[in-house]
Amino acid sequence: MSRLEVLKTYKIYIGGQFPRTESGRYYAVSDAKGKLLGNMCLSSRKDVRNAVVAARKAFGGWSERAAMNRGQILYRIAEMLEGRRTQFISELIAQGSTKVKAEQEVDLAIDRIVYYAGWCDKFTAILSSVNPVASSHFNFSVHEPTGVVGIVAPNDSSLIGLVSLVMPVIAGGNACIVIASEKLPLCAITFAEVLNSSDVPGGVVNILTGTNKELNDTLSTHMDINAVVYGGVDATAFQQLQSNASVNVKRVFHQQKDWLKSDAQDLYMIADTLELKTTWHPIENIGGATSTY
Amino acid sequence: MGKEKKAQSEQLLDLRNTPVVDKVGVEERIERFQSRSIKGESKKQGLRMALNMIDLTTLEGKDTPGKVKQMCYKAMHLHDVQQDLQAVAAVCVYPSMVKIAKNEVKNSNVKVASVSTAFPSGQAPMDVKLRDTKFAVSEGADEIDMVISRGKFLMGEYNFVYDEIAAIKEACGKARLKVILETGELATLDNVRRASDIAIMAGADFIKTSTGKVQPAATMQVTYTMLMAIKDHYDRTGVMIGMKPAGGISTAKQALHYLVMVNETLGSKWLTNEWFRFGASSLANDLLMQIMKQETGIYQSSAYFSID
Repeated sequence: MSRLEVLKTYKIYIGGQFPRTESGRYYAVSDAKGKLLGNMCLSSRKDVRNAVVAARKAFGGWSERAAMNRGQILYRIAEMLEGRRTQFISELIAQGSTKVKAEQEVDLAIDRIVYYAGWCDKFTAILSSVNPVASSHFNFSVHEPTGVVGIVAPNDSSLIGLVSLVMPVIAGGNACIVIASEKLPLCAITFAEVLNSSDVPGGVVNILTGTNKELNDTLSTHMDINAVVYGGVDATAFQQLQSNASVNVKRVFHQQKDWLKSDAQDLYMIADTLELKTTWHPIENIGGATSTY
Repeated sequence: MGKEKKAQSEQLLDLRNTPVVDKVGVEERIERFQSRSIKGESKKQGLRMALNMIDLTTLEGKDTPGKVKQMCYKAMHLHDVQQDLQAVAAVCVYPSMVKIAKNEVKNSNVKVASVSTAFPSGQAPMDVKLRDTKFAVSEGADEIDMVISRGKFLMGEYNFVYDEIAAIKEACGKARLKVILETGELATLDNVRRASDIAIMAGADFIKTSTGKVQPAATMQVTYTMLMAIKDHYDRTGVMIGMKPAGGISTAKQALHYLVMVNETLGSKWLTNEWFRFGASSLANDLLMQIMKQETGIYQSSAYFSID
């Protein structure tokens, strides 16, 4: 007996929910042979606005969590992704990857999440410093998350590009809005399902599908976004982001790496979206030699 | 004298027989108001109009002269980056803060409203309520926001509620009287309608939904019910009564829905701060953010707007 085909509706991910785009528009994504893979939401600037509201709301709680707990939650993402390994592999193959490459990509994505999960409660120890000052003060600099980060995922990667950019940002305690690859968007939304079932509070990661042309400007001019990470290759688009970002002096980063390489990950990608806070605290003595205790 | 009194009472509605409210009908009507699309120039004007109708409010036990002064400054300088903004309609404070507020806003159009009659519960003897009111008026309050005795109302002692409002109205002198029904405690829309009719007949210049201390505060359902009471009174007598939803309205979008409702229920005559107010504190910043979005084309962040 033949079964009725049950096709998946790809929606967007905002505040822990899967709404359709507010605009009601969509665009078709097909494989190389022209077979329809899915109708993706063509998100509008209002979806960006809603996502920023959700991210800002989630930021407080996420940034104040114990670093170790953030690490546990990131590790849980990896666990959930592992459980859905075959689904991601078949989605990657549908979008033009080979079986071997798809398996490599998914495994690497899982490992990368574990990598950043490990960093959550360790980066402060490495990055922060106690500074020598010429007065009776204990002076130290620590890193704190910058806030809400806009991420433009690379266009030529469905899963690993997005994972590589999102993980360091949330490991640092930020909330983010991601514009998924326009060409290869399927895994982004399936990844949102993974996030949704892995203890990541709603709103910490928000994922939109649509065109960079339409969404980049809204993302980079929005006054409530504190930094933008661009994963694309278009130099003009990056310049436009930088120019837009000047309205509230956002930090803008261009991350271009071969994400399929196992070493395309490091501590300094976490440091990018952190702000340094220096504190002066009075003490009685400097140094130990003359200390009375 | 006796005859005159009788003639007067015949003009009054029987308070036990005020109109009943079709709850489902109200809800359907509300949905229509919420589906109107307000864009472009009308949105710009609507946002500014709503801003100009706000009673900026602080009614906390922890209020200090400093806090009240700060709020009065905000009332007159909403967002100085945008030069052409009007001030809000009024500031709303406790009687003890009226003098301070009055002094702060003396060179502006901003009015000072004071809550009274043992706000927010209203559980005090009559002479205390009268003194409370007279004190606020003598300190310079332009408007008095009184609370009705909800306990008495729910016991069916409508005459008590009526007499109390009438007595406070007299104590107000020139100050305009807003009567707070505290609809969150009245349980049904029928009760809301009855309390509205009592307040209007007893001499209220404004009827107001809530104190802001009880949940639910203002909803579109109760506001619509109260607007219908105002409309029926206007159709019967030609006298305009003002409306003030208070509490729970915090977004620009909600404010626009309310304006649509007022316009489509009572007409554009009510679309001024003489006849319609929003009792709110956080609404102002959301309106400002939306206005700035309209002016600049970019989405705003609350980090760039003063808290109070």
